[in-house]
Amino acid sequence: MKTLATHRRHPAAVIVAILVGLLVTGGLYTVVNSATQARSAEQDATQILNGKKLFLEGCSSCHGIAAQGTQNGPTLIGVGSAAVHFQVSTGRMPLANPGAQAPQKPREYSETDIAAMAAYVASLAPGPAIPTAADLDYSDADVAEGGELFRANCSQCHQAAGRGGALSNGKYAPNLMEATPQEIYEAMLTGPQNMPVFGDSTLPREDKQAIIAYVETLRASDDPGGWALGRFGPVTEGLFMWIGALLLVVACAIWIGAKVR
Amino acid sequence: MSTSQISPVEQKGAGVATYLDERVGSNGFLRRNLNKVFPDHWSFMLGEVALYSFIVVLLSGVYLTLFFKPSMVEVIYDGPYIPLKGVKMSEAYDSALNISFEVRGGLLMRQIHHWAALFFMTAIAVHMFRVFFTGAFRKPREMNWVVGVSLAMVALMAGFSGYSLPDDLLSGTGLRIAEGIVLSIPIIGTWASFLLFGGEFPGTDFISRLYGIHILLIPGILLALITVHLMMVWVQKHTQFPGPARTNNNVVGYPLMPIYMAKAGGFFFLVFGIIVIIAGLVQLNPIWIFGPYTPDQVSAGTQPDWYIGWLDGALRVMPNWEIQAFGYTLSLNILIPALVIPGIITTLLIAYPFIEAWASGDKREHHLLDRPRDAPTRTALGVMAITFYVLLWIGGGNDIIAVGFDLSINSVIWALRISLIVLPPIAFVITKRICLALQRRDREKLLHGRETGQIMRMPNGEFLEIHAPLNEEERAKIIAKPQVKPLPQPPETDSSGVRNPKLKKDKRRAKISQFLFGDTIAAPTGEEIAHADEHLAHEVIEDAPVMAEEEALQIAHDGSVLESPGTSGKS
Repeated sequence: MKTLATHRRHPAAVIVAILVGLLVTGGLYTVVNSATQARSAEQDATQILNGKKLFLEGCSSCHGIAAQGTQNGPTLIGVGSAAVHFQVSTGRMPLANPGAQAPQKPREYSETDIAAMAAYVASLAPGPAIPTAADLDYSDADVAEGGELFRANCSQCHQAAGRGGALSNGKYAPNLMEATPQEIYEAMLTGPQNMPVFGDSTLPREDKQAIIAYVETLRASDDPGGWALGRFGPVTEGLFMWIGALLLVVACAIWIGAKVR
Repeated sequence: MSTSQISPVEQKGAGVATYLDERVGSNGFLRRNLNKVFPDHWSFMLGEVALYSFIVVLLSGVYLTLFFKPSMVEVIYDGPYIPLKGVKMSEAYDSALNISFEVRGGLLMRQIHHWAALFFMTAIAVHMFRVFFTGAFRKPREMNWVVGVSLAMVALMAGFSGYSLPDDLLSGTGLRIAEGIVLSIPIIGTWASFLLFGGEFPGTDFISRLYGIHILLIPGILLALITVHLMMVWVQKHTQFPGPARTNNNVVGYPLMPIYMAKAGGFFFLVFGIIVIIAGLVQLNPIWIFGPYTPDQVSAGTQPDWYIGWLDGALRVMPNWEIQAFGYTLSLNILIPALVIPGIITTLLIAYPFIEAWASGDKREHHLLDRPRDAPTRTALGVMAITFYVLLWIGGGNDIIAVGFDLSINSVIWALRISLIVLPPIAFVITKRICLALQRRDREKLLHGRETGQIMRMPNGEFLEIHAPLNEEERAKIIAKPQVKPLPQPPETDSSGVRNPKLKKDKRRAKISQFLFGDTIAAPTGEEIAHADEHLAHEVIEDAPVMAEEEALQIAHDGSVLESPGTSGKS
């Protein structure tokens, strides 16, 4: 104790104390951190293993044992976890039967299973990852900017109100009013089915968020003019005219034109 | 009513009438016109719907002109609709948004204007169907038919020019297609397009040019044509359906004052009310969703309003044919559906009354309407045309149909291409068969009376159904059936053996005449009717008589018996 007492006012003491403090915290951090990493690596390995098992059971018949692709299905090497999550969580995969396009249907796997398969596919080669909560936070996005981007990039297939549209030979752009923000983000990232890829170099994160914000605004917005007839445009309006309004007018004409008795 | 019993109100009215009469001589005019008689039928009111919705279009349109700015100057939106805030747009679109979101009652007025326009077009169409199918276009009303078709065409332009004004993405895309159609006109196409748009599409002039056309030129032409249309109805008197005491030389109905004043006035408010209710409840053309027009953008599911839908459908269904020669391209894929087919349809529409008059050689005036069944070929032609039109209309919504019913758009297009050729003739044949069958039933009813549903059992076990004579009205309708005979085959030589120089032409005319009027069920002769009446009267008086076998067999022979020894063996 005496030594400490005598040396405590030594000019180097401060430096030594700082060094010791740094070493201790750094050392402790390293020890703790490596422990968690080891645990998460172990977890990842199990998840990937689970994912592989699910993949071999449910997907390999078309995508190949090593996800290398076959005549019936494309390779999944490098598609990333975002593609797996999009396709499986919307029920598009596994495909029930071949057709022009994989239709949306009730999903067949739990969120955990999907995460496992996504981890397995992501472990094969790097690819677009499932968007994080920060990616999907569009609260600060510019809705009007999103509208402009939507009209320039999306509405030619998905329709101005996002209600979907026809493509050639039975393919189609689905109704966005049924899609979640995560699905929209993943779709832009991976270009599923006939959709082009809007990677982060073409459409940076902020732009994707703006588009999602616009789609969500469309979904949430009321129709100030009344019943919107599905927002399909003049076809349903014309149909309403001929079937609804005209019959009403003709009924009135018959009423008024009836013989005075 | 003697003069001493006139009420004070009537006295006032008489005073005003006398004052006016002494200055403008109005009493004679009023007496003549207020006592004018109009026949009664609900289908005669369809044209009124068109007139009333046109009035609503005019009234709501005037309100919109107070706020709409027909300018293509670029502005930055700063209104209450957040999803467009800060977006660059034309002043026209900006003011249309302003009308929709800021002007008091603006959105309702916009929707009234647009719905009333749809009512106008629809009423014109059904009014035209009524006039066509009842043969109301025959002499002396051919000219009014031509005026009516012109009205329909101008109304179509009115609709399209209005649809294009707000300068949203939907209307701009419509204009782009119109520009493409202009460009496809051989030789002058490019020049015409530059002339229209004041340079390269979209330019900066077009909205203001269109505005003038939409609010001044077209309404002016429409008003003038409507005036002519109505004055001709007034002068030529309205047609009527056949009925008791209705002849080609009278009009049976009620006077304008007070019955029709009340009916027509009431009907105006009904139509107005229905338009306003629908405009208040059903959204139409939400321009804020479509966004401002820029030529590099287009939305899936872009459609024109229904009355242009058939043209869009023709464009969509047409195979992609182009001819390239001498460094020029002839775009048959646009030229045929957008200009040739509408040209043919309009020409046929205008020409139809003249074709029918020429083919029948009929120079008489017709004030009694045909029942559609009594002119089977005309009715069948009409249904055939409507089938063709509706198929094209469906073509205009092919993408919506493909998505909505989970079909391939290519299959929809091919199905329509085949249907457009196959279905109209089938519709023709079926309609004609139905008309002839209805005529046959009319003849049956006239000769053998109406089936009463009362079955009578004869002493010998035979069952008979009692037939009752038709009531006066039904009978008059059936008897009024026109007897139009097709022109006979032209003689090859005249009486002195000289060859007919126009033989080929006459033969062709006889052929068309045979096609239009050849197939009909012969109406019973007066003698047959008299005999049938006598017979029916007998049957009814006896009510449930014990019939002589001979008489029972006579009825059986007419085919109106459920079962009898006389017929069951034969059939």
